[in-house]
Amino acid sequence: MSQPGMLAALREIIRRDLLLALRRRSDVLTTVMFFILVASLFPLGVGPEPAVLRTIAPGVLWVAALLSCLLSLSRLFTADYVDGVLEQMLLIPQPLSVLVIGKVTAHWLISGLPVVLLSPLLGLQFGLSGEVLGILTLSLLLGTPTLSFIGAIGAALTLGVRGSSVLIALLVLPLFIPVLIFGAGAVTSSASGIGAGAHLSLLGAGLLLAVVLSPWATATSLRIALE
Amino acid sequence: MGLAHINWFKYSSPQAFYPLAGRLTPWCAAAAILLIGVGLYIGLFVAPTDFQQGQSYRIIFVHVPAAWMSMFLYVAMALWAGLGLGLNARPSFMMAQAIAPTGALFTFLALVTGAMWGKPTWGAWWVWDARLTSELILLFLYGGVMLLRTSIDDSRRADRASALFALVGVVNVPIIYFSVRWWNTLHQGASVSMTAAPKMAATMLTAMLVMTLGFWMYSTAVILVRMRCVILERERQSSWGMPQSHRDAVEVH
Repeated sequence: MSQPGMLAALREIIRRDLLLALRRRSDVLTTVMFFILVASLFPLGVGPEPAVLRTIAPGVLWVAALLSCLLSLSRLFTADYVDGVLEQMLLIPQPLSVLVIGKVTAHWLISGLPVVLLSPLLGLQFGLSGEVLGILTLSLLLGTPTLSFIGAIGAALTLGVRGSSVLIALLVLPLFIPVLIFGAGAVTSSASGIGAGAHLSLLGAGLLLAVVLSPWATATSLRIALE
Repeated sequence: MGLAHINWFKYSSPQAFYPLAGRLTPWCAAAAILLIGVGLYIGLFVAPTDFQQGQSYRIIFVHVPAAWMSMFLYVAMALWAGLGLGLNARPSFMMAQAIAPTGALFTFLALVTGAMWGKPTWGAWWVWDARLTSELILLFLYGGVMLLRTSIDDSRRADRASALFALVGVVNVPIIYFSVRWWNTLHQGASVSMTAAPKMAATMLTAMLVMTLGFWMYSTAVILVRMRCVILERERQSSWGMPQSHRDAVEVH
């Protein structure tokens, strides 16, 4: 009997998770609505002064993206853990890290990509100009997958633990800080005319590091949680 | 007797380690009191006054050793955690568990003494500079490791999950260490390094090193005591770890 290759397994896991998300659209919409609402609260709280809004825009939009990623993280493995599918998935012949990469990619497509696509629109509300908007989108495009990959470790570690939704925030947020600093830094330095190259390179490096290390750490955590 | 005859793993059993830790603790505690006393004396009375900062600089004799220990203890904790995961050894996890609170304490101490020094020198209790922020993250990581352990009831899973998180967090330590070199920060660069001559008076350096040794001995003593508590807590089901009254009761039945 021939076994499906790793790429086929990866594709199948992504397809399955996307299909599940499509069947439960409310989950996806909650994340996106949350992002828009959090970002819209700041102009109301700080006041509509355009200069102030332009200054705080990178930080606010990045923090909003980070929180909306966090919101959907606890769902990453929980449903499969509760109905026992995850235990079956551990038995597949392909490496567990392939499964993790598949699930994280699906998570990013569901919760990260909409945020990236919406960010120019919200940036406009904060009075950012054309080139800065591009950098904002690019920085989120590089940064949000990193957040999903780092967050997967926390999601796997807190699987089935009491108070896991709060615990996951406390574990993962400190690890998110470097991504936040370089992501918001890219937008800020682009707005002040220095150029975002250095920050974007560091974001890219962070993404590569996360792609290499996180699936392994997440797979180990899943084994610890399910043994 | 050659090296081959020594049983290197003798003290890797909690039962054998427990009395050893008990014997070592008073020595480490005495050394800690002595070294911290001498270090404070040199630092507060012998070392010259700084021509720019006046007396306020003297907090570095607590601040710098505490910051060093906070990073060193995190690496030590991650090392034990990794050893535990790799060798599946319970005492290594116990060691990591015993180190965490002391490491958190030193991180907190470094942050507080830094704030006390920052107010007269920089004019602010806190600045969002790379080294301060990364040290704050270190405190959060210590908190995360301890919180994750207490949230999981099954001790085997708690051990392994918090060990993995400790290992993930270790990437932060080089960031703290090199932050003053990588970024243009308000926090000054390193005054002491292995490769260059120290940029401070010899007495100041002596006081700092003696204080570091003192903190080291204090950490060892406290960690050994905590290790004994952890061992007793976990071995309460075994025949030797059971309280005497329980043991008698078991023998009667």
